[in-house]
Amino acid sequence: MKKKSLATLWLDGCSGCHMSLIDIDDRIVQLSESFDILYSPLVDVKEFPEHVDVTLLEGAVSTDEDLEMVKKIRRQTGMLISFGDCAVTGNVPAMRNKFELEQVLNRGYIEMSPDNEIIPDQYVPKLLDKAYPVHHIVHVDLFLQGCPPSADLIFDALSEIAAGRTPVLSGRTRFG
Amino acid sequence: MSASVKIKTLTIDDRHVGARENQTILEVARENGIEIPSLCYIDGLSAHGGCRLCLVEVTGIPQLLPACMTVVEERMEVSTQSERLRKLRKNILELYFSERNHVCSVCVSNGNCELQDMAGETGMDHVHFPYLYPDLGVDITHERFAMDDNRCIMCTRCVRVCDEIEGAHTLDIKDRGIETRIITDLDQNWGDSETCTLCGKCVHVCPTGALFEKGKSVGEMSKRRQFLPYLALMREEKR
Ligand code: SF4
Ligand code: SF4
Ligand code: SF4
Repeated sequence: MKKKSLATLWLDGCSGCHMSLIDIDDRIVQLSESFDILYSPLVDVKEFPEHVDVTLLEGAVSTDEDLEMVKKIRRQTGMLISFGDCAVTGNVPAMRNKFELEQVLNRGYIEMSPDNEIIPDQYVPKLLDKAYPVHHIVHVDLFLQGCPPSADLIFDALSEIAAGRTPVLSGRTRFG
Repeated sequence: MSASVKIKTLTIDDRHVGARENQTILEVARENGIEIPSLCYIDGLSAHGGCRLCLVEVTGIPQLLPACMTVVEERMEVSTQSERLRKLRKNILELYFSERNHVCSVCVSNGNCELQDMAGETGMDHVHFPYLYPDLGVDITHERFAMDDNRCIMCTRCVRVCDEIEGAHTLDIKDRGIETRIITDLDQNWGDSETCTLCGKCVHVCPTGALFEKGKSVGEMSKRRQFLPYLALMREEKR
């Protein structure tokens, strides 16, 4: 069977979902027979490829850079998977959403760091008004819930996709 | 059961079942091992009919009926699992998650929550409505318990148990629609309540992480509600 191409990355996430991906342990060898990992923190490639079959996207969409990236990923991906609760619901990054953006920045840069007087407006991505679940910005094809999704769930989902089937996860997953 | 109780026969999901008159569809379904989802209904308290998850279809009636409030009738044909109902239940759950702030991963009830479980069971794996992110607080003034409005689904179980079983009526409801909130006494801090007996019944009937014991951290709050049917029975016998 022809190998599928895979990309994995995180936006506003803690990398925990990627830790869970690594937790599939030696089964990663099995997956590498079905997938070529073209882009990921696990491989050293700078540019998101022109086309990948499957992307595991961890994290919420929180900055202007995330926004650009998620649109690009959508254009260049066959099957986009919201990977973990931050991507699916906004989760912890979205806990700032009930506050105004100025309040959030002030809290982070001024109130919490007495020696600092400025909120940087250069060299760091600009925060959006809110942290968004991925599917509120672009179309998402599959949702892997969990904070993080379990290694077994990730493995089973990717195995199903490798076999050309749509994973049926209903009843097997939940938020949190 | 007294000899004068009339028996009605009906079908639920094409199964023939018998019921005592005055029983609700939900009671009869559960007695017969047919699971109809619900969040506000709890065995031992009066029915409230608020969560809308137990809506069912009855042949010949165009609108959907709440199973917990609808008394059985002879030859009723009830359907509990149609595609239409499945979709509706998913949508209702999405509304719960979008209306207040639910962050399961950091919630005291993570892994022990009826709302979270129900979302899992019905396959509600993402919310397509915009989240409202209301600015809600947590009342931690009580010496033993805390109330987190962010996680409340307004099922009113706590209000009913405090009134019907404990007899304190510390808890009540204020305002309407999306502004509805649970209050203690005359909308005072729970810690200042003169009526609360500290019994903890409200905490243990609460299906979510909205009511919890102080000192419980993420995922540590599990509820024990075996006491309820027993206490309800005792009260009934006293009457
Ligand atoms: S109350 Fe339940 S659904 Fe809400 S955040 Fe807590 S665990 Fe999740
Ligand atoms: S602890 Fe008991 S008395 Fe106090 S509010 Fe809860 S149910 Fe009512
Ligand atoms: S506090 Fe708990 S029991 Fe009371 S209405 Fe809210 S969710 Fe229901």
